[in-house]
Amino acid sequence: MSDTLSPQIRFGSNAGQPATRRDGLAKVTGVATFAADNTPEGLLYAVYAPAKIARGRVSHLDVAAAEAHPGVTHVITPQNRPELQGDPSAKPTMFSFRTEVLQDDTVCYAGQPIALVLGETLEAATEGARLLAPQYVADPVRVALDDNLATSFEPAGFGLPGGASHGDVEAGHAAATRSIDVSYETAAQYHNAMETHAIVAQWDGDRLTLDTPSQALNLSCAGFAYFFGIPPENVTLRSPYIGGGFGSKAIPTGPQVLAILAARMTQRPVKLMFTRQQMFGPVGHRGATRQRLRLGVDENTALTVIDHEGLAETSTFDDFVEPAANASQDLYAAGALRASHRLVRLDVGTPGPMRGPGEASGSAALECAMDEMAEVAGMDPLEFRLRNYAETQPGTGLPYSSKALRECYAEGAARFGWEGRPLEPRQMQGADGLLTGWGMGTALFPCPMFAAEARATLRPDGTALFETSAVDMGQGAWTVLAQIAADSLGLTLDQVEFRAGHSALPDGGVAGGSGHTATAGGALHAAGGDVLRQLGELATEDPQSPLYGAGNSSLVARDGWLLLEEDESRRERFADILIRAGQTEMTGTGHGGRAPEAAGRHAMNSHGAVFAEVKVDPDLCQVRVTRLVGAFAAGRIINPRLTESQLMGGMIWGTSFALHEAARHDRRSGRIVNADFAGYHVPVNADVSGLEVITVHEDDPYVNALGIKGVGEIGIVGTVGAIGNAIWHATGKRVRHFPIRIADLLAP
Amino acid sequence: MKHFDYVQPKTMDEALASWEPGASWLGGGTNLVDLMKLGVTQPQRVIDLTRIPDLGEITFQQDGSVRIGAMVSNAALARHAGFAQHFPMVAEALLSGASGQLRNMATVAGNLMQRTRCAYFQEETAACNRRTPGAGCDARDSDEELRALLGASPACVATNPSDFCVPLAALEAQVEVRGVNGTREIPFADFHLLPGDQPERETALEEGELIIALHLSAAAAGFARHARYLKVRDRTSFAFATTAAAAALRMEDGIITEGRLALGAVAARPWRVAEAEALLVGHAPDAALFGRAAEAAMAGAEAPAHLEWKIDLARRTAARALAMAAVGTPARMPALPASPFGQQNGDLAHV
Repeated sequence: MSDTLSPQIRFGSNAGQPATRRDGLAKVTGVATFAADNTPEGLLYAVYAPAKIARGRVSHLDVAAAEAHPGVTHVITPQNRPELQGDPSAKPTMFSFRTEVLQDDTVCYAGQPIALVLGETLEAATEGARLLAPQYVADPVRVALDDNLATSFEPAGFGLPGGASHGDVEAGHAAATRSIDVSYETAAQYHNAMETHAIVAQWDGDRLTLDTPSQALNLSCAGFAYFFGIPPENVTLRSPYIGGGFGSKAIPTGPQVLAILAARMTQRPVKLMFTRQQMFGPVGHRGATRQRLRLGVDENTALTVIDHEGLAETSTFDDFVEPAANASQDLYAAGALRASHRLVRLDVGTPGPMRGPGEASGSAALECAMDEMAEVAGMDPLEFRLRNYAETQPGTGLPYSSKALRECYAEGAARFGWEGRPLEPRQMQGADGLLTGWGMGTALFPCPMFAAEARATLRPDGTALFETSAVDMGQGAWTVLAQIAADSLGLTLDQVEFRAGHSALPDGGVAGGSGHTATAGGALHAAGGDVLRQLGELATEDPQSPLYGAGNSSLVARDGWLLLEEDESRRERFADILIRAGQTEMTGTGHGGRAPEAAGRHAMNSHGAVFAEVKVDPDLCQVRVTRLVGAFAAGRIINPRLTESQLMGGMIWGTSFALHEAARHDRRSGRIVNADFAGYHVPVNADVSGLEVITVHEDDPYVNALGIKGVGEIGIVGTVGAIGNAIWHATGKRVRHFPIRIADLLAP
Repeated sequence: MKHFDYVQPKTMDEALASWEPGASWLGGGTNLVDLMKLGVTQPQRVIDLTRIPDLGEITFQQDGSVRIGAMVSNAALARHAGFAQHFPMVAEALLSGASGQLRNMATVAGNLMQRTRCAYFQEETAACNRRTPGAGCDARDSDEELRALLGASPACVATNPSDFCVPLAALEAQVEVRGVNGTREIPFADFHLLPGDQPERETALEEGELIIALHLSAAAAGFARHARYLKVRDRTSFAFATTAAAAALRMEDGIITEGRLALGAVAARPWRVAEAEALLVGHAPDAALFGRAAEAAMAGAEAPAHLEWKIDLARRTAARALAMAAVGTPARMPALPASPFGQQNGDLAHV
């Protein structure tokens, strides 16, 4: 036996390998440049003053005091704000909200920018903004759902889910032998990526260069271009590294527009960076919801109806629906379904998509309601879900493109040790006196795809360059997309140079909806395929090539060679094909997306099952999640290491949702009183133990060419309900709002 | 930007001489710097004490008492083997506070001087009598949960957020302070002031006085075998207490001969009630007894309707801390110090 092993390189199979982050070294050594790290010559710093009331108007700003402060160069208020070319209330792109850019002195929410101060230093601008000492004429605020309930309305319009229904809902209610009617509430949450929002804006004539974290580079360029009356191609946006996006960095926001405006006004580069406190305001949030769920089952414990009404908050000046009831649409087989939404206008910033929009909040309520229904039916919660397993899409009867949810249930339950769980609550108490509870929840997230373009260039040395304006917001796109790109040409990962995060590259689309790997990855794979197609044509049509006469379709690429699949002795190097054709390199292009007809043939979702164990002190009522096992089926897993991280991150966020996160308003001013990390809690290391992720094998021939479903958001879904259900199982107390806190369990 | 003097005295005399009204002493800066950024405090002069020698010593005296220099870091004190052995609940309280990074920076004297975490104190635009005398109190009619249940006044409902101070109060520490007129010792019970109608007066320090050390007596070490700190909160770590209690017992033949009980997070200072402690003496440990002591400790507590649960929780916390103390101080620091989930020993968790 040989005493040396040749390195195991699995040619053409980078996908499936747990490659470490290609950007990891740059990040841990500080070389990676985030937006606010850019400090061009001649820079001015911009700091905006946030409103400290939620409704009313600004009656006075001490502009003179701010202007007199050494180092302050400009103070921009509604009185002197330069004109914008585009209407800030318009929606120039598919991800747009009305932007608050000092239109007038009206205050619509606390944290709204009411003035912008520019200074030679950050400190000068900061102090200048403070010296404005705003005075207000304040009106009574509406910051809780009940504060303006009377005017709730059914949203309508583009991108606003009106809901869905199938079957005869009233008949479903009537057919139920047992039923529940419960209401759940979820708290407002604010995106708090580690990297706060930031922008560095520079003008050169009518050309604009931006360093700003963006989950949708080219779309953002179009949005900014609109406001400033220039063509989108005049905007260059660089976003190589993003310290977390979570949905809030997909949409151009008022402070960004103001910074660009300031740069144009002063003809100097301008940097604006949010403080942590400013993250609670103008950049979106997960709106609070109240959800009524009415479920019924027949004598066989089959669901006769799921009736899910969602009530969500929006701002007074724009509509965004937290589409919570959507969570009920695709998951369980029920005779009838109604999922509907209503909105309440509050004096808050416009909510927006936040990791798992709709599904996270909706599943929290649905999965608890399913447990309540199982309890009424006297059935194990997992068995109840299996009893109502949807074999085809409820309502349409469409087949699922793939659905390994049954396997998720089985593998998750086995790993967790679900079997033998007592049906009744408060049955497990340890020698230490702590109550133990087990709960579970089903996870579902749809598989939307946006559109993306990519370019592949094969170089004479056999390496390749791949380009697309894709987005790595920490999820690992730099690595995962490079793996897909390398596979498309049969190269190893280190033979691929990958460029992304720059708007001049082919449009990489949107990093959102858990669809970025599938979409941008699809474009990259197609671009590589385009190169191979051209190489194949050259070779098979050239009598001097060993591949002459071979059919194009039977060629494979591996390690820099093009080979005939059924006779690998017939092969030729990429480089030789190029040289003989007199070419130094070869470029291919690819498109990623989903054909509408494909979308109509199958229902497409990722699935999962999350099992939670909590321990609760029966006397002090403090809760701790001690185990969390999630089993997920999400199609092809390109990188198991990064997938595990994504799913873990999601499950930790689920813990956060269930036990910690909530923005709290002062009822008089409407200000968020816990707008920093001392007050707005997310889990810390000590809150996370026994976290396990299982990915269940799933081949999906329909979802897209690569069989990828996406893992960015589904980890939250299911987890919240699982924890809520585990708390019930531990204590016998059904708390119908999130987060669940000591005070809730202490209540008699 | 906001200008202020920053001085680094090299000796104690230099430090005292550099004081002027409106100045702030700077220890670890973990609270002061945040408040300066928020505009809540705006000292004209910041006097950095880190260059003064001899403030960082932990010294056991011949008589068994200990003197803790003002600039000893929370981390160093908690990890000092001899200290943790004699005053385990003080170490436990320290390790339940903040995070590892903050404990490395924070100083013991700074801990005594930290300000309330009341959200209305920390917001420049909110009315706060403690920050601006006579301005009013926006916290009073708010949903603020960090609210005093005991010892509050119409002018102020702030709580003291410290963990460290709770066992110090129970163990009757002495605070050694120095001013231009010399050195004096302040009993811990007298150090923090209740708000009354002057909530801006937070401690017994006179203008220009500086904490130079804390003292714990040999008698205080006599509780080492039955002394626990318990901190209840929604998050397992890195959160201020919802309620907290330090309980220490001296026991002979299964009978309590002396008891100490101080509650945290319920008032503007650690809350100690002599009657509650007296109830314990002469009895064997018993849940009902601890319940009565907890009840007595919280006598007179008041809360708005939405916070009545907190009075109940504070009682439960006190009773549990007493029960834990009766069981005995664990041989090793629990993996989750001061936590109801901290029963198991082992390496410190990431707290």
